[in-house]
Amino acid sequence: MAAGDKRSDASSDGEAVLEVDHVSKAYELEGVTVHALSDVSLQVRRGEMVSIMGPSGSGKSTLMHIIGLLDHPTSGQVVIEGEDVGRLTPNQLAQLRNRRIGFVFQAFNLLPRTSALANVELPLVYSGVSGANRARLAREALERVGLGNRLGHSSNQLSGGQQQRVAIARALVTEPSIVLADEPTGNLDSRSGIEVMAILQQLNAEGITVVLVTHDPNVARHAQRVVEIADGRIVREEPVKDRRSAADELANLPNAARVAAEEAPAT
Amino acid sequence: MNLLESFRVALRALAANKARSFLTMLGVIIGVAAVILLVSIGSGVQASITSQIEGLGSNLLFVFPGQLEGAGGPGGGGGLTKRFALEDVRLLRDRLQGVSFVAPAASGAATVRFENKTTKAQIVASDENLSQVGTYKLARGRWYRRSEVDGSARVVQLGSAVAEKLFPFTDPIGKEVTVNGQRFKVIATMQKIGGGFGGSQDTIVYMPVTTAQRLSGSSDLAEIIVKVTRAEDVDQVRAQIKRLLKPKFGDEFTVFSQEQTLSLLGNLLGTLTVMLAGIAGISLLVGGIGIMNIMLVSVTERTREIGIRKAVGARTYDILSQFIIAAVMLSVAGGLLGILIGAGGAAALKSVVPTEVTWWSVALAFFFAAAVGVFFGAYPAYRASRLDPIVALRYE
Repeated sequence: MAAGDKRSDASSDGEAVLEVDHVSKAYELEGVTVHALSDVSLQVRRGEMVSIMGPSGSGKSTLMHIIGLLDHPTSGQVVIEGEDVGRLTPNQLAQLRNRRIGFVFQAFNLLPRTSALANVELPLVYSGVSGANRARLAREALERVGLGNRLGHSSNQLSGGQQQRVAIARALVTEPSIVLADEPTGNLDSRSGIEVMAILQQLNAEGITVVLVTHDPNVARHAQRVVEIADGRIVREEPVKDRRSAADELANLPNAARVAAEEAPAT
Repeated sequence: MNLLESFRVALRALAANKARSFLTMLGVIIGVAAVILLVSIGSGVQASITSQIEGLGSNLLFVFPGQLEGAGGPGGGGGLTKRFALEDVRLLRDRLQGVSFVAPAASGAATVRFENKTTKAQIVASDENLSQVGTYKLARGRWYRRSEVDGSARVVQLGSAVAEKLFPFTDPIGKEVTVNGQRFKVIATMQKIGGGFGGSQDTIVYMPVTTAQRLSGSSDLAEIIVKVTRAEDVDQVRAQIKRLLKPKFGDEFTVFSQEQTLSLLGNLLGTLTVMLAGIAGISLLVGGIGIMNIMLVSVTERTREIGIRKAVGARTYDILSQFIIAAVMLSVAGGLLGILIGAGGAAALKSVVPTEVTWWSVALAFFFAAAVGVFFGAYPAYRASRLDPIVALRYE
């Protein structure tokens, strides 16, 4: 696939990894046209951590699906790494998802009865990385999220927080342009949630672009910038003034809670 | 994703549901085993009958009354006007050149009785030359003699099944039985012939033709058997027979050679074998539908997994190949097991029925099974590959 020209955005400090340009999405639901997104424009720069925040039904899931190349906009353009994805076939989109996007879902979405290592290897399987390399890359990704000692555990032997960390490792392993995290803490107890946020912040500090989709203002404040969305439109877009640091919060939690969280069963 | 990966994914999915995979395979196993077993019986019987007929010697001619069209086969002459009689045998015997013997053959139904036991049997009646035909072998005793043919002697030879039925514990030779109410002396028992169609060869009783004619009150013969001395004279003798019988019978008779009998039976049994294979093929088809059914269930069950795979980059082709390969694995593994069971069953049955495992039935069954896997796996795989990842990921 053509790499495309890497456009740099003069008005910001980094080049744009993702550009959403006047995107609208409408669909028919029982004869009524629903406008899930109306004229949404958004830019994400390389190395940024952005939250897309809004209540349920605001259109943030639709926006996430469009950014994640799982859905087509009705009108407007989506450009990833300078490449307009509008005219790509489903198979080309699958390849682009594989290379450019790393997904972290609320419900983890790991393969059941499959080891952590095999789950993390999955995107590499589809990008054609050979066996030995695959295992090595997957192991490295799991080590980055602190699961180097859980490689052989299958997903149902892991706690919710651990499962989400496996999912993050899976999102990382292809070195994508964007890690797209959809309510990553939604199914977790508060401590595991903070741990997951700490990992995302840590990865962002290492240079990975993170787009966080959430309804929770407290979670959204882990990012550098919050894009607020309501009724399919962007209503506010501003930098976070007092950005939360999950690592600091983790350090301030009492130890007893830590033990309880570690032993919490998977949800 | 390369093909090897698709295989691993498919294998893991099948291994996760071992019992279900096995039961799905069972349909194919039974289908393939049935094809191989039934075809092996068909060809085994065919081979055994062929060799029996070949055992008669290659230079026998059979003359039947009635005109038989091509491969219409004997016994098709419904509206016969003229039957052979012993005088026609005598005519051929006196006038034919280059023949070893000319023998009459008549047949009929009989009820054979000894003390309080009775059994049904077919009568084969001829003269002393029948002993030279070769398929009919004595177990004990002796063939009826020429003098007994001339004198319409009431002597009978019992087929092995008749002998076993009437004389389970005693030696039948020298005993008196009644055949259709007339008293006969048993002079011999025959070797077991077995097999064949309906096993009827062992329920025959043999007697002189003259005796049979008296018993039935009819002088008609079923056929005349001519043994040509030298094989190369068969066509020439056939021409002689036609010439000799023409004045009396016109074209209302047929001369059948060994070769024709063989090809006729070959056709008949071949058709039967194909029919058996067809019936077994139906069960293979049912097995295929079982595969389709279970693959559809599996696609539904794994909707979420398909969504995950698509989200992380699986293309349509990757999902398609994963499910088709799973279906083909089931059918091919079932096919291989079916071949083992079918061939094993054929070997085990050999003592009861003649069986012969033919390579074409093995190849046919196996490739049919594999094709069934591709065909019935294709639709579920197509459905899986077309799932919308957003919908699939939300699926509970």
